Amino acid sequence: MTLQLTITGFVAIYIFMLAAFTGYEVISRVPAILHTPLMSGSNFVHGIVVVGALYALLNATSLTEQIIGFVGVVLGAANAAGGYVVTIRMLEMFKVSHSRTGEKVT
Amino acid sequence: MNLGWLVALVDVVVAFLLIFGLKQMASPVTARSGIGLAGAGMLAAVLAALLYVLDVAPDAQPHVTANAILAALALALGLGWAWWAGSRVPMTAMPQMVAIYNGMGGGAAAAIAATELLGAGQGASTRLAIAVVGGLIGSVSLSGSVVAWAKLDERLKRPCRIKGQQMLNALVMLAAIVLGFSTILVMPRSPGLAALFFFAALLFGVLMTLPIGGADMPVVISLYNACTGVAVGLDGYVLQNPALMVAGTIVGSAGTLLTVLMARAMNRSVRNVLFANFGATGSAAQAGAVGALKPAEASDAAIFMRYARKVIVAPGYGLAVAQAQHKLYELVKLLQAAGVEVKFAVHPVAGRMPGHMDVLLAEAGVPYDLIFELDDINDEFDDADVALVIGANDVVNPAARVDRSSPIYGMPILNVDHAHQVYVIKRGQGRGYSGIENALFYAPNCAMVYGDAQAVLVKMIQAIKDLTAEPQAA
Repeated sequence: MTLQLTITGFVAIYIFMLAAFTGYEVISRVPAILHTPLMSGSNFVHGIVVVGALYALLNATSLTEQIIGFVGVVLGAANAAGGYVVTIRMLEMFKVSHSRTGEKVT
Repeated sequence: MNLGWLVALVDVVVAFLLIFGLKQMASPVTARSGIGLAGAGMLAAVLAALLYVLDVAPDAQPHVTANAILAALALALGLGWAWWAGSRVPMTAMPQMVAIYNGMGGGAAAAIAATELLGAGQGASTRLAIAVVGGLIGSVSLSGSVVAWAKLDERLKRPCRIKGQQMLNALVMLAAIVLGFSTILVMPRSPGLAALFFFAALLFGVLMTLPIGGADMPVVISLYNACTGVAVGLDGYVLQNPALMVAGTIVGSAGTLLTVLMARAMNRSVRNVLFANFGATGSAAQAGAVGALKPAEASDAAIFMRYARKVIVAPGYGLAVAQAQHKLYELVKLLQAAGVEVKFAVHPVAGRMPGHMDVLLAEAGVPYDLIFELDDINDEFDDADVALVIGANDVVNPAARVDRSSPIYGMPILNVDHAHQVYVIKRGQGRGYSGIENALFYAPNCAMVYGDAQAVLVKMIQAIKDLTAEPQAA
């Protein structure tokens, strides 16, 4: 591993625990009107997996690993990019009534 | 050494941006900028990850050029396809698009686990065990999401069930677990065994999702979304990358909460969705609704609404299918111009997933402060002159309040029947998703306007325009 970080068992458990509570708290205040964009948004957030896939591909030593890594990066990149574009398209539509600066241009 | 430090620093910032962005999504006002920040963070993370190329493991050194080219190709391919597909998917098809992107994330997580299991001696068996669990969850999420996509996209019409399904599922799951741990304990780094393991995991995802009906898919997608999050978090531990651990785990817990909220809005428990084979119960004999259906002319209904004081619109998925959101908002604007108070009442499960209808209305330009959730508006039906139901059925069925034998009994519904007059725009006399008769349609204060939502709304708009044009002509 290139990073000078080593996360041992207990530290990992602390990280998982704190992150789990954070995720719960962040979501629990979201109004139902935003649930679909939110699901899509959290789908985008786990697109970070592409970073791990890149690491795996760049460190591949055999053809099998290269193939698997390649597929992983394609899928991960699609997850991140697709999640982002879909979420932003949805959110761009939400408007308030008094800011009527012209109709939506399609 | 410095390089590792730089990447780690970027990852900290990225983790912050992802959490902050998600938090900003709690309000429609800040949501747009929130996702923008998260997007910037993601871009930074990917760019930083490309720096790995300068510092790969010694035995990967000879392949580094080829790997870098492959990585660039893969990034361009994934990004290009997803951006292209995501930019042109219609809003009505959004749920299945989310499903497919989610499945891809699960696939990527499984791929990372696979390279780890096959990789040359990473040693520590705890890490490999976690990789097995991550690979298992990621694979299930991948194949399950693909099935969910096929169902929502109506490529796979009927839920398919076989006898002893649950037994079979349990056996496949067990096989996957045994195979997974054999890849560590019995035959380390055996490609054949690993392939079998991933095959079993993928098969489990398919078997698990096939029996679940289309109506429940949103809950299932949300669950797989959480699963992918967990798989990514576990991979983060395997790769010793805290950004992955944090982002993945946050999605895991947030997704789990969202799944529970969705299931609750549908009056189901998550366990019930996964194992109860909903839809098979709908065939039970229903207490016959009494009375007759009263058809009404679109123009009559429109004129009635034009002179009403308060109108509440209850849209359903039928509206979206007919692509009539824009026409609906045009009608609403005409009514507003005539001094009618108009509000939208959106049921949590209107559309294909919670909040989907809000997105569809927003697409038509409806401001979100006209849209009200069930709890906020239900009492207002009592003093509304007209409730206009468009393409909704089960979510306005009063049987959910009174009929204990009904499969939707107990589900919170919109009390449209409390309005002075109810108009239902409906294509035909068909039943709702749950396949049950709707007592609302037979109520004395309810009239049916038959026809395609789009066509009916055009007629209504015309009727109101004629009405306002006449006095001027005279």
